[in-house]
Amino acid sequence: MNFLTIHNQQSVPFYDIPEMTYREFLDGNSSFIEGDRDRHCVLYFGIKEDVYLRLICCIADDSTHNINISSTSVKLDAILDSFSATNLAFEKFEREIHENFGIAYIDHPWLKPVRYPVNGFDKSAKMSEYPFFNIEGEELHEVGVGPVHAGIIEPGHFRFICNGEQILHLEIQLGYQHRGVEQLFLNKTKLLQRTILAESIAGDSVIGHTTAFSYLFESLGGIAVGREVLIARTIAQELERIAIHTGDLSAICTDVAYQLGSSVFGRLRTPIINFFQEWCGNRLAKGMIRVGYNPYPLTAELIKRLNEVLNAFEPDFSEMGLEISKLPSILSRFERTGMLANEQLASIGTVGMSARMNAVERDIRVSHPYGVFSELDHEPIIKHHGDVYSRVRIRREEVIQSIAYIRRMIAMISEESASYIPSFKLRSNMFSISLTEGWRGEICHAAITGDNGDLIHYKIKDPSFHNWLALALSVRNNEISDFPVSNKSFDLSYCGHDL
Amino acid sequence: MLSLILILFCSLFFTGILIRTKSIASGRKGPGILQPVRDVIRLFKKGSVYSETTSIIFRIAPSVYFASVLMACLVIPFGPYKGIVSFNGDFIFFAYILALGKFFTIISAMDTGSSFEGMGASREALYSMFAEPAFFILIGSFALLTGNTSFYNIFSSLHLGSSITYMLGVLAASVLIMIAMIENSRMPVDDPKTHLELTMIHEVMVLDNSGFDLGLILTAGYIKFAMYGAIISGFFISGFSLPWAISVFILIQALFAVVAGIIESFMARFRMSHNPQFILALSSVSFLIFLGVLLVLEKFV
Repeated sequence: MNFLTIHNQQSVPFYDIPEMTYREFLDGNSSFIEGDRDRHCVLYFGIKEDVYLRLICCIADDSTHNINISSTSVKLDAILDSFSATNLAFEKFEREIHENFGIAYIDHPWLKPVRYPVNGFDKSAKMSEYPFFNIEGEELHEVGVGPVHAGIIEPGHFRFICNGEQILHLEIQLGYQHRGVEQLFLNKTKLLQRTILAESIAGDSVIGHTTAFSYLFESLGGIAVGREVLIARTIAQELERIAIHTGDLSAICTDVAYQLGSSVFGRLRTPIINFFQEWCGNRLAKGMIRVGYNPYPLTAELIKRLNEVLNAFEPDFSEMGLEISKLPSILSRFERTGMLANEQLASIGTVGMSARMNAVERDIRVSHPYGVFSELDHEPIIKHHGDVYSRVRIRREEVIQSIAYIRRMIAMISEESASYIPSFKLRSNMFSISLTEGWRGEICHAAITGDNGDLIHYKIKDPSFHNWLALALSVRNNEISDFPVSNKSFDLSYCGHDL
Repeated sequence: MLSLILILFCSLFFTGILIRTKSIASGRKGPGILQPVRDVIRLFKKGSVYSETTSIIFRIAPSVYFASVLMACLVIPFGPYKGIVSFNGDFIFFAYILALGKFFTIISAMDTGSSFEGMGASREALYSMFAEPAFFILIGSFALLTGNTSFYNIFSSLHLGSSITYMLGVLAASVLIMIAMIENSRMPVDDPKTHLELTMIHEVMVLDNSGFDLGLILTAGYIKFAMYGAIISGFFISGFSLPWAISVFILIQALFAVVAGIIESFMARFRMSHNPQFILALSSVSFLIFLGVLLVLEKFV
């Protein structure tokens, strides 16, 4: 199979991407992934070129640290065999292509809408007519939750088919938050506008998305950033992981009505995000990551504060973490709730923390390292049960791990980097892909530039894109009252999915 | 009369003390003791909103529920003083007048036609059904022990003398605390603080009630708590003189609220499927009390 092989965050001329017939494309990519756990599709998308649709498939190989790119052109009215028939991880990508361009697949298992975008192919398709899966039965009942929820969360509709208290099937319909982010990247031409757009993709993964965006643009512009900038970004990335994981632990405790855990973890999250406020003036770290430079260098004073914050945080966090791992009433709620088998996780293409909960190793920090992760010898934390408790333990251990990494990175800082704004222009006719490991998992940004260096296509994939299906499958045969804690233990993004 | 006044008085503070205990246990200052009362007063000033799909049942249910709780309070004696109503077999009246109120909340929840409320109603019905034998075996054992069948006669002829009767009193108090937690939809069976409809039991049934109706339901809940506290203290205060009995009564109520608050602070709620097991276990503790009574009465050969 004729692939173009690149590294994470490397740019290549767009026309170097090999083009083949759809049959070669389908068979080549399918057989490349088949049977190899280390290979998974990170991005599969289409670009309209007159009456043709250029399909580009990026397959990451975790063992060789490469990304293999191939492409094909099909007519817009084509009827195709689907990847999903043999590899379920493509299911969501193909539904998206179908929805946006009207490509028909003959053997796709379930070709339903992803998010009803306004610029979709079928303008008459309405969210209110979403084709929900139905089961008829005397003793079955349907419970619909949302799209407006009681708590302060984003809109999404969940439809349960239950037998009494037991969930038989859950279908999740999203798309209410669709803002057309990918199109906005093309409409907004100023770099600052685009950076702010990247910060707004998902409010809880500001660093994750903005670093992915920055590395992508630096690669497309052909500029290299200084080591201090890389260290600062990596520290910020790990701090974000600590903050969100801790907040999630608090929310998980709330969902099982464990007040002590809820309030202690809630309190512990605050000093971490307050440190972001001290560092860059925003508790969610908006405004901190900028393309090409670091506007807020880590000064000696800030480093001293960071050390203080972490030293105060760690003992309390460890103590509470120990408490929730030995309290019987907690364990009875967490263990064997929301379980997923290793094979299921691998087949549907789950990424990040949700994949690592049952021995599927997906961690961009080790498989496609960026920033200074290659120097940290990162070892992903892997659990083997796939239940809520595994997800809780991953969070607990990742927080401790991240604290250790931050301490090591602080020691790496040699001098303050000069803060200067490089002038650069995107190189023309280039393709680049950038992967980062946000706290939720693999974040993927890709861009293609045109003849005069303008963006002609921008593509984003949030980890939630695939992981929502993992949530829907994990709650099968659970009690419906255990759904909230399962949901919270995944803590997926609505806006990151809807874009 | 005295018992009703004391129950109503204690109900003003009960939930406030409980919430305050939880706040302190989680390191917060917490609202004032009278905040629940203020909330209810605010609700009483408001009108109610009714869904178009509901019928008359939904409108009368909160009043029936409130009335049933008040009626149940009437039969509870205070030490040497009878309740306002007292007759042989009044503990059966007590249990089923409460059941009537509960029946109305359940059908009013079904009346709204919401899938959440139906779910809550089925859970509430199931758990009350399981809690019923625990209550009857418990009070029935004491009826057997004293040879009387009204609350007043049972409590006034109950003399905790030997160590085995103290054991019975403690067991009875613990069973009643747990029954009170179940009946009042508190932890570890139900979580009153949750915002998640899918995990609620009692809260989800009254989701559609608002304003005055909600105020009635909340007030009934506060009174119900103090009512169970009064039954628990009934086991212990029969021997005291009046001023002492009143102080011990209030102390027991406050202690009950603090214990409930501590239970809620330091454990997670049960998995829904473990609730029936837990509630049935209460029946077996009641059965232990029954065997203890047989032992005291030397019915064992």
